[in-house]
Amino acid sequence: MPPRGSRGPLPALLLLWALAACATRASEITFELPDNAKQCFYEEIAQGTKCTLEFQVITGGHYDVDCRLEDPDGIVLYKEMKKQYDSFTFTASRNGTYKFCFSNEFSTFTHKTVYFDFQVGEDPPLFPSENRVTALTQMESACVSIHEALKSVIDYQTHFRLREAQGRSRAEDLNTRVAYWSIGEAIILLVVSIGQVFLLKSFFSDKRTTTTRVGS
Amino acid sequence: LALYFHIGEREEKCIIEDIPSDTLVVGNYKVQRWDIHKHDFLESAPGLGMFVTVTSPSGEVLLSKLYGPQGTFSFTSYLSGEHIICFQSNSTRFAVTAGSKLRIHLDIRVGEHFLDESAIQAKDKVEEVNVRLEHLIEQIHHVTREQDYEREREEKFRRTSEETNSNILWWAIAQTLILISIGIWQIKSLRDFFISKKLV
Repeated sequence: MPPRGSRGPLPALLLLWALAACATRASEITFELPDNAKQCFYEEIAQGTKCTLEFQVITGGHYDVDCRLEDPDGIVLYKEMKKQYDSFTFTASRNGTYKFCFSNEFSTFTHKTVYFDFQVGEDPPLFPSENRVTALTQMESACVSIHEALKSVIDYQTHFRLREAQGRSRAEDLNTRVAYWSIGEAIILLVVSIGQVFLLKSFFSDKRTTTTRVGS
Repeated sequence: LALYFHIGEREEKCIIEDIPSDTLVVGNYKVQRWDIHKHDFLESAPGLGMFVTVTSPSGEVLLSKLYGPQGTFSFTSYLSGEHIICFQSNSTRFAVTAGSKLRIHLDIRVGEHFLDESAIQAKDKVEEVNVRLEHLIEQIHHVTREQDYEREREEKFRRTSEETNSNILWWAIAQTLILISIGIWQIKSLRDFFISKKLV
């Protein structure tokens, strides 16, 4: 058993920390989906890997999109129409290329901005318990808690950023709509009321006053 | 490089990154061309390259370079906002055959500062922990920058909502005034008209 003071588990833990970065993959992409378009993404996944697909529509129309996830055999694992936000976790039942598609084909003229986050595999523990002879040192457990806390900070931050972007997009839409409709209504009001008066006056034009004498 | 998607040969595909200022973005890509004879994507296509263009929120082009079929690009944002990263192949074939498409593998990392792995292995324990902690501090700085940018955006959101609110109020008042004054004008105008026509 190596003495505690010499090269302890620290190099091993750091190597594992480095490995953790490449063993799991998370791709998040924000892209614009034009109207009547469909965009598909593919990923090769090994059997037994736990994966999570999360998507959110940030701008455009009713902020909804169709999403569909298929396994290598073409079996549909997840299919939702006109969803604004969803999160789907599944375990890959076989090796192969999984495909997920976002479709805006139901929309005639609004293009949407869609964000998705596809996480493949789970993060391995920072300090695996196989080759250990002692429990985690204080420093190592502090590292683990910082790592977990930072992961959830980043997660919450991303969610908040997306929700805020969506809310801001709606507010801007509302503002333009209120402005245009108000101006339009004011103009219509003026045109209609002035038109009414002139139309009414035209009913009593000189051609007819001779036949509609009222009064003695 | 795991995630991939297909585009047409002359198509341009853009992705949007809404990031704070002073953020490093690193992208890895690999592009393959579809071979109609083999009905598969070629492992390497000679002469195939990719134009990568990065536009900042102010419209200024930060990066516009031609890379090979596989490459890494990076840029640091000066302004906070939506940066648009566009990919377009350098294929010059005008008579694009039906069914020709490209497969683009993509991996984009925002705000990560990669550890210099060699620096870690060479030194002693304390040095390694030092490097790790500095990496951690960098990441926390990135989180802080994102938070600051989020505050800016939320302020813009709040201003838009307040503007909508006052728009609604003032336009409602204006329309009511228009309605009342038009009504008065209508009655007056018609009364004068009927009096002049000796109908009243």
